[in-house]
Order: sequence, then structure tokens, then C-alpha cells
Amino acid sequence: MKKPELLVTPKSIDHIKELIKAGADAFVIGEQKFGLRLAGEFNVEQVAESTKLIQDVGKKVYVAVNAIFHNDRLDALDEYLKEMQKIGVDALIFGDPAVVMAVRELGITIPLHWNPETIATNWFQANYWGERGATRAVLARELSLDEILEIKENSNVEVEVQVHGMTCMFQSKRSLLGNYFLYRDEVMEIANRKENKNMFLHDKERKNKYPIYEDINGTHIFSPNDMCLIDELTELLEAGIDSLKFDGVLQTEEYIVTVTKLYRQAIDAYYHNGEDAYDDIKNELFEQIEAIQPKLRPLDTGFIFKETVY
Amino acid sequence: MLQLIENEKIRETVNGKRVITKKPELLAPAGSLEKLKIAVHYGADAVFIGGQEFGLRSNAGNFTIEEIREGVEFAKKYGASIYVTTNIFAHNENMDGLEEYLRAIADCGVRGIIVADPLIIETCKKVAPEVEVHLSTQQSLSNWKAVKYWKEEGLHRVVLAREVGAEEMLKMKEEVDIEIEAFVHGAMCIAYSGRCVLSNHMTARDSNRGGCCQSCRWDYDLYENVDGAEKALFSDDDAPFAMSPKDLKLIESIPHMIELGIDSLKVEGRMKSIHYIATVISVYRKVIDAYCADPENFTIKKEWLEELDRCANRATASSFFEGEPSYEQQMFGSHATKLKWDFAGLVLDYDQDTQLVTLQQRNYFKSGDTIEFFGPDLDTFTMEVGQIWDEKGNELEVANHPLQIVKFKVNRPLFKNNMMRKENK
Repeated sequence: MKKPELLVTPKSIDHIKELIKAGADAFVIGEQKFGLRLAGEFNVEQVAESTKLIQDVGKKVYVAVNAIFHNDRLDALDEYLKEMQKIGVDALIFGDPAVVMAVRELGITIPLHWNPETIATNWFQANYWGERGATRAVLARELSLDEILEIKENSNVEVEVQVHGMTCMFQSKRSLLGNYFLYRDEVMEIANRKENKNMFLHDKERKNKYPIYEDINGTHIFSPNDMCLIDELTELLEAGIDSLKFDGVLQTEEYIVTVTKLYRQAIDAYYHNGEDAYDDIKNELFEQIEAIQPKLRPLDTGFIFKETVY
Repeated sequence: MLQLIENEKIRETVNGKRVITKKPELLAPAGSLEKLKIAVHYGADAVFIGGQEFGLRSNAGNFTIEEIREGVEFAKKYGASIYVTTNIFAHNENMDGLEEYLRAIADCGVRGIIVADPLIIETCKKVAPEVEVHLSTQQSLSNWKAVKYWKEEGLHRVVLAREVGAEEMLKMKEEVDIEIEAFVHGAMCIAYSGRCVLSNHMTARDSNRGGCCQSCRWDYDLYENVDGAEKALFSDDDAPFAMSPKDLKLIESIPHMIELGIDSLKVEGRMKSIHYIATVISVYRKVIDAYCADPENFTIKKEWLEELDRCANRATASSFFEGEPSYEQQMFGSHATKLKWDFAGLVLDYDQDTQLVTLQQRNYFKSGDTIEFFGPDLDTFTMEVGQIWDEKGNELEVANHPLQIVKFKVNRPLFKNNMMRKENK
């Protein structure tokens, strides 16, 4: 059985070093100009430095170019892709077909990971993008376990599934925070906090808190809970899911390192000592995460066991 | 304001005069056969409808295969086209029955489907190659290179993301030879369509399979988290944080869109009433026709704008067409307002000799009410209702039964499918 990759999102080069020690197998980096909702900002030089660091220890580095592109960023995208080719990163994460076109035109040979987030919902699409250059499909987080397993069974490309962290549930091109502060500024002077990343929306009816921030791609709103599957990995591991992702957006470096270590233990226990060994430690691993969980971020299992109607 | 640049590609000399001969299609929504017929009657060149499967908006009226067939046959008589929305992002469980469904709607004679999921695109190419494939706005199509991608994939038309502005559209038209459809009127998502799963999280309804419950229109309180302590960023007398966009209205930008060479101008609203569809479509029809007939001397008439406002219950804005929308294009604290005019009746018949209109009642009205009649074959006029009779000739004081057939005297000719509005006091 193939051991899945443990994929994490570092916030800085020093953080990468710590995460290598913590047992991460692969890293998502990039910058907001091209990638969406990254845990950290890495400019081209930093991508080059990180790539060397990561590849020297036999790990993988993936660069996010999964923005929803408008005309004005296409030329810069071409230049960026050429830089990535020179650096030799292990994969490019995309959602917009413009990236497929650019890669073809420029003769870029770096493998593509298809990740349009919410719309990656069936195995046909995974194979469709596979035929157009993708070697991996990153599945929507709104799928149930059964749906994930069926996609894996029918997919001709690698399958990546998020197992931990918050998920984006909304992206607007509009400056929704900035607009709110401007609107209120008409009545009373108020500081425009749109650059801050520490805000949340309170949904009184559901008693939920949704993190919200703005960047050059617009306004992003996140799930009220952090998904945590550390004690629910058996079926995903059995099915041979190729990559388990922990998205650390809006989390601290310390938190990301600790959680990475715990998932490392979970995966290793299963592979080296079998399902029973994993079963023996999984509750304790979950409790260790619970113990460091930020006060405003309850844990849940996302849509893995939740039925969605329409 | 945007600079209006004349586009020679859409012009020809007719009778010694430069006119626009490549008119854009005016595309209307319809949630029922009645709405479809009204849309065509009031000037739509094409109508988009939902079938009972594979479409978004599970709450909108959706057509059975038989109704689709009837709609297509009706539209054909007027040279209009029908498109069917099949724009869900399918989950594995939705894949069954797709081939049969696409074959069935193709056999009805629909001209195209509006689709987002490559599963449906590829299946349609395979089993119903005679049907045009139009990319749905759910794919958030925002740049010309992606437009080129879909062109190379064999699509006939792309519907742009609502976030695309005029200059971006121009570049797309320059770079890629494909039909472009853009929204001009109606409600819209504040998120990139397809990239919002608020409904999934808040109500366990899948927004990308028709379950959207418009959570974005609710009010929220904005807080900041300062070292674990929650600090309110609002006070009780403020309007709460909201992300409800004003509705799109590009009536005054229609000349620009025509000059850009946009192929189809789309009005949103499959859940809207026949009154809404009739009003909006007839006004856009007038603007498109007037501009194309004499672009040099075109000015937008005040009465067209007033007419359009008669069916608006929300504030409107131009959204991304002329640039990034500011806070003034969102609704804070204020919500839908009451309409100034209510749809009160649909004309079934008019007798020239007796001057009696036969009307299907759609809203309460009585003798003495000020009403107006409008229609594609009519100059809108206002009058006071006199004596009302029922079908059998009995005198009535009020018309208060929905769909009741009533008659009263109107001293100007009316035509079938004209509509009557009543001032809302």
C-alpha cells in the first residue's frame, strides 16, 4: 500500500525547516498575486530558496497559481511560470484554465495539480483535467467520505484531500470589509481595518464565527470550524488517497508544527504498525489537538459525515 | 464615464445611412411556459429555462420535457431560441441519467444548453452534438486566455463572470472569436458564482446544485479578535455588516455593450413574475432597437428609465461594468422597498365595438383606482377604472379573486397580453 503524502502550508522559510523536522512531506507556497488564501507569502527568491531547502531533503514543493485571473495579471503570470520552470518546483496548483493555456504556450514541463476548490466535485472532472495536463485533483471540501472514496476509485490522477484546518466558503472580488468601513465612515470617523486578518463575522442565529479577510483577490470568508480528521483517517488511508492536506491558513506557526507532528504520528502508526496501532493512539492524538485549539475555532469533521441536500 | 468607441464591424450602410446591423441577442429568463411566451411576446430574441434535472435553482419553476417541447415550438414561430440551464456541478450520484436527459432536450429542438461542469459539456458533445454548448457564469470566466481555452474545447458561447468589466470584455472580443454573453439586469451573487458554499455550511444545502439559500443576504456582526478577546467593530445604532449587492442594471450602458460587440445581453430572474419579465424585456428591447437604428442621434428616454423602475423593488447599480464597485453599490441597513406599482391584470381580449377589455385579474383592484396599461404594441397610458363586470355581466365593486375574469371599459385599443398596473398607495 502506498503511503500518502502529508502536505502542509508553511508561513516562512524558517517555518519550512521546522515543518521538515515535524515530518511534512510536501509544501504549498506562493504569493497572493497568483495563489489563493496562502498561509504565508513567498516571493520568487524565497520560492527558489525554499525549493532548494525542501528538495535537498527529498520533499516536494508545490506553488499555488490558483487565482481567478483577470486580463491584467496574465502577462505577469507568464513571467511567473517561467520563473517556476527555472526554479524547478515539483508542481503548480491551478484552478483557472488560463494556466493550462499558458503552460502549453510556454512549454512549461512542471506537473499541474487541479484545484478549483468548491467545484471539484466528481471523478469525471478529475479525469478531464487529467487529460489536459493535471497529475492530481484536489477535491472540494464539501464532499462526503463516500463521494471521496468513489472519486478515488474512478480517478486516473492522484487525489488530494484536506484533512485539517479551515476551509474557504466564499470569495468575492469586492472589497467587502473596506466597503463596510467606508460606508460607516460617512456617519462617524472609523479606522479602516481592511488590511487586518483578525476579523470574523458573527452569525447570531447559528452561533457561528466566520473568519474574514481581504487581499488583492478580494474578500475571503472561512468555515466556522476547523476540520480535523486525525481520528478518522482509516478509510482514506485504506483507499490510498495520495495526499492528505493540512491547510494552515490563519493559524500560528507553532500550531501548524504541532498538528503536523501529530498527523505524522497517525500516518506512521497506520503504515508501520497497522490499523490497530493507529486505533490505539488516534483518540489521544485528537485530544492533543483539542488541547491547543484556539478558543474561537471549534473542531468538526467538515462534510465527511454530513449530508447535503439541494 | 467610459468612452464610447464606434465599432465598424457591427455597422453597415442601409439606405445611405450607417446603422448597426449586428444586433445583440436579448436573452430573457422564464420559470414557466406562460413566462416564456410573455418574454417572446415582449421582445426577447431568446429565452433560458430550467429543466427538472441538472439545473441550479431548485426553487424556480422548472420545465418538464413536454413543456420544453411546447416552449421551443412556440418560440420558433417568432424566430426565438430556447436555452436550457444544466449548470450544476455534479456529484458522482448526479451522473446517472445525464445522457438520456440531454438527448431528450435535444429532441425538443432546444438551441443550446448553459453548462458549467465538464462532465455535462463532454456528454453533450457526445450524445447531442447538434446542441450548442454555452459555458455558464458558474465557471467564473474572467480572462481572455480562459475564453480561448473554452473556444478550443469547442464551446459555442461563454457567459462571463459578473466581475468582468467593459475593457476586459473588449480585450476578450479582440483576442477570441467566440460568442460572448453578459448579464445586463437582475439580482446577482456577491461572490464569484460557483465559489460560494455559504449555504452548504449554514443550511446543509448545496449551492452548486441548486440549493443556494442566499445566506449572503443576511446580516452579520463584525468583530475583531484581539489576543483571544472578541471586540465588536459595530455599535448598536449602526447598520450591521452586510454583503448584499444592489441589483445589476446596465440599461444606460447598452450602447457600450453593443459597440463592444457583446453577442447576448442577459436578463436574470427565472423566479420573477410575468410582469417583471414583460417590463424589463420591453424596455431593453426599445433601447437596443433605438440605438441600432440610429446610433448617432440616440439618447436614452426618461420614460424608459421610469418604466424600468416600475418593477424594481431593490436599488440598482452598474456593478463591475465600469470598474470596481464601491460601497455605494451594496445594500446596508436598507432592504427591499415596496413597489410603486403592482401588476393587476393581464389582457385576454379587447372588443373594438363595445370598448370592453377582458382581463385576467392578478391583483386586487376596484372602480376608481388609477391604473396604467402597457405592452409591446402600445404607448403606455393611465386611466381611472370605471364600472367592473364579471364574465356573466354582473356588476362588481371590486376585482378581488385571483385569476378572476373581469371586464370594464377602456377607450383606447388594447391587445392580448397587454398588462395592467395599479398604483400602490
